[in-house]
Amino acid sequence: MNSSEQIFEKKLLVKSTTDNLALIREFTRSSAAECGFTEETIGKIILAVDEACTNIIKHAYKYSPEGNIFLTIKFEEGKFFISITDEGVHFDPSSIPEPDLVKYYKQKRAGGLGMFLIKKLMDEVNYSTLSGNKNQVVLVKYLS
Amino acid sequence: MADFNVNLRGVGSVSVIDVKGYLDAHTAPELENVFNKLLDNRQFKVIVNFDELKYISSAGLGVFMAYVETMRENKGDIKFSNMKDNVYNIFDLLGFPILYEFFKEEKEALQKFDSLG
Repeated sequence: MNSSEQIFEKKLLVKSTTDNLALIREFTRSSAAECGFTEETIGKIILAVDEACTNIIKHAYKYSPEGNIFLTIKFEEGKFFISITDEGVHFDPSSIPEPDLVKYYKQKRAGGLGMFLIKKLMDEVNYSTLSGNKNQVVLVKYLS
Repeated sequence: MADFNVNLRGVGSVSVIDVKGYLDAHTAPELENVFNKLLDNRQFKVIVNFDELKYISSAGLGVFMAYVETMRENKGDIKFSNMKDNVYNIFDLLGFPILYEFFKEEKEALQKFDSLG
């Protein structure tokens, strides 16, 4: 795809159920492939989007299947943007500590791994609150 | 939707779990069921063979974190084998190699259990 042509934009709306994660991953994969990312980078983007949507299903909608998850993918000037919006419970990403594997091991639990992965896998991660009590996270990957 | 299969087999005193396909928040409960079955049967020596696993998210990694301490408290362990690079890289990003043993081949993991008795 030539970035000087029309702006690439795709949208997907799904309900907040974990069985939609496969669909979300496929949507992300095909878009990233169209924009020219390598298989390795596509894998990273897919995982980051999966983790973000899993967090929404788990924390924002607390596994209620009736919530909406809106995904918009844009590609502009070599940057791949995935905006993920929900209408669930707001959570403050800064309140989630960096995961400590040794501590988790003792506590037999694992929390915050997803958010940590998202940060590691993407070039930019921006959380915001939109009008109408919507939460949005925008994940950005540079095509380099 | 997500294509995931889990199979359990016994090799001597060791339980081998073969995972196949996509391990995410939707399919992780299937893997948890297998671990619960192992605990019910007091089987604490476990190898997870990743040969046919294509994808893992933190929900899958969380399953191993939830059970490994119990296995070790009972003189067992969870060891990993046959992992593809793309899957290993996720474990590595999260620091798993500090706490878990990874083997190229299942038989090497079996030998490690055998050597410990």
